[in-house]
Amino acid sequence: MDHEAKAFQKRLKKRAMIDKAFHTIVLLACAIAMLTLFILLFDVFRKGLPWLDMQFLTSFPSRIPERAGILSALSGTLWVTAITAALAFPIGIATAIFLEEYAPKNRLMAIIDINISNLAGVPSIVYGILGLAAFVRFMAFDRSILSGALTMTLLVLPVMIISAREAIRSVPNSLRLGFLAMGATKWQMIKHIVLPAALPSIFTGMILTVSRAIGETAPLILIGAMSFVPYTPTSPMDGFTVLPIQIYNWISRPQEDFAHLAAAAIIVLLVVLLSMNAISVFLRTKYEKSARP
Amino acid sequence: MTAGLLRRKLFWRNIKERTIYLLLFGSVALTLLTTVGIILSLATETFSFFQEVSIVDFLTDTRWTPLFSDKHFGILPLIAGSTLILVGAGIVALPIGLASAIYLSVYANPIVRRVIKPLLEILAGIPTVVYGYFALSFVTPLLRQLIPGMSMFNALSASIVVGIMIIPMVSSLSEDALIAVPRSLREAGFALGATRFEVATKIVLPAGLSGVIASFILAISRAIGETMIVALAAGSTPKLTLNPLESIQTMTAYIVQVSLGDTPQGTTVYKTIFAVGTLLFIITLMLNIVGQLVTRRYREVYE
Repeated sequence: MDHEAKAFQKRLKKRAMIDKAFHTIVLLACAIAMLTLFILLFDVFRKGLPWLDMQFLTSFPSRIPERAGILSALSGTLWVTAITAALAFPIGIATAIFLEEYAPKNRLMAIIDINISNLAGVPSIVYGILGLAAFVRFMAFDRSILSGALTMTLLVLPVMIISAREAIRSVPNSLRLGFLAMGATKWQMIKHIVLPAALPSIFTGMILTVSRAIGETAPLILIGAMSFVPYTPTSPMDGFTVLPIQIYNWISRPQEDFAHLAAAAIIVLLVVLLSMNAISVFLRTKYEKSARP
Repeated sequence: MTAGLLRRKLFWRNIKERTIYLLLFGSVALTLLTTVGIILSLATETFSFFQEVSIVDFLTDTRWTPLFSDKHFGILPLIAGSTLILVGAGIVALPIGLASAIYLSVYANPIVRRVIKPLLEILAGIPTVVYGYFALSFVTPLLRQLIPGMSMFNALSASIVVGIMIIPMVSSLSEDALIAVPRSLREAGFALGATRFEVATKIVLPAGLSGVIASFILAISRAIGETMIVALAAGSTPKLTLNPLESIQTMTAYIVQVSLGDTPQGTTVYKTIFAVGTLLFIITLMLNIVGQLVTRRYREVYE
């Protein structure tokens, strides 16, 4: 009897030990992920911060590292992002509204559904190939901002639609039915009930998706964004470069100074992305506080 | 009089509703059009590529040298490069991602979760070109100190960093699957006296396995399609090798290399972009479909 109890105690201890060891292992795994984030940020800031000044933000690229800057890349990023957002927001919301509020349950809609989730998984470089064939060549927009923005629009739309659909789906059905019962048409209901309730979380998703697009490099290389642009674009038909491509160009040069320039440009890029993230988090918390009855 | 007015109002209301319906449907149709566009733009140039290069050579030749004077169009070296990257990335990301998911869903208390999840989101939101910088300026020099004689551009460094890049994807998708396992199941386990390790490995993980596997598949598809890290850190020498210390080239990095040069439209080299892109598209599409099937078909339905 005593012997059995002892054996049980022993087993219990062993199990507790395994549990503890496992706890340490999974904690370490998580810590490794966190640690790489900090090492990455530390490395970027250590090398890039000394190069980051007003001159860097307001100069064109140059062969001489001390004179090089990101003005044309910044303005190109702004152009592409603005046009992409202006196209993708309305189309994304419209698609999401149709799929959630109007779509009948039939074969075609099932295909569209599967198609959207597959499009979201297509590598971004394949969108670049599409942009090259469709916009640069077929529509003859050439290597312009417009070609880049159209390519980016198609790239971000699937993700945008998926997140907007989730936002629309979370609007309680009772609100819809109540409004319809008063004799409203479907569109009146969407305009006055569904959209106002869903808009904050739709926006949150949109901001996050657009911030993804700002960091995309490969598709724009495909459609032929240039790496040396000594001017700021003035129309959507101009040639352009964007921050990630400028960064790519500087990284691929052998001189150490250009690597540091790349780090400085990365800081700018990360600041832009993180502030967009912060805005979306702010919107989310504000919405959660005010909208929940 | 009022009846007529009402009828007219209703008439215009109907027209408006119809128009809006059509406008909305038009935007839905755009998603289908995108797919058609992708397939058409890949297929036409790929078709004309295979009129110049035999498909047998493409699939069996062991050399890929479209940019040299002695041209060979064997895709195998590029596939070997992509495979090398995805295996390395998988070795890094799958265990770390899954372990993080288990930590977050079983062990971590709510406060720790609330700190770590946004940090993982930041990690997921970092542009790939930044990871490429990290590979070249930090990971490669570090590895070269550990392994002397390794070349500046190598598959090892690139695959590790691709792995780091997909950790957040594995962990957040796996965690979603593990969190979805009902509380009652875990609590039943704890009530029987199980430790957290036992609950995690014998209850939560088996119940959420389909979601975990789906996250692995989707992450691997992402690793194959990843471009900037490999274009920067893995090199540009297509090689049929399984040695991760050598400079290699992946399918995606090749496409970037050709696009950066000024390749005239209509040449065979120009068409290789589309042929390689088609293969990439087919591979990732198949992986994505399998991933979705796994989630849909084997999802445990509770209650």
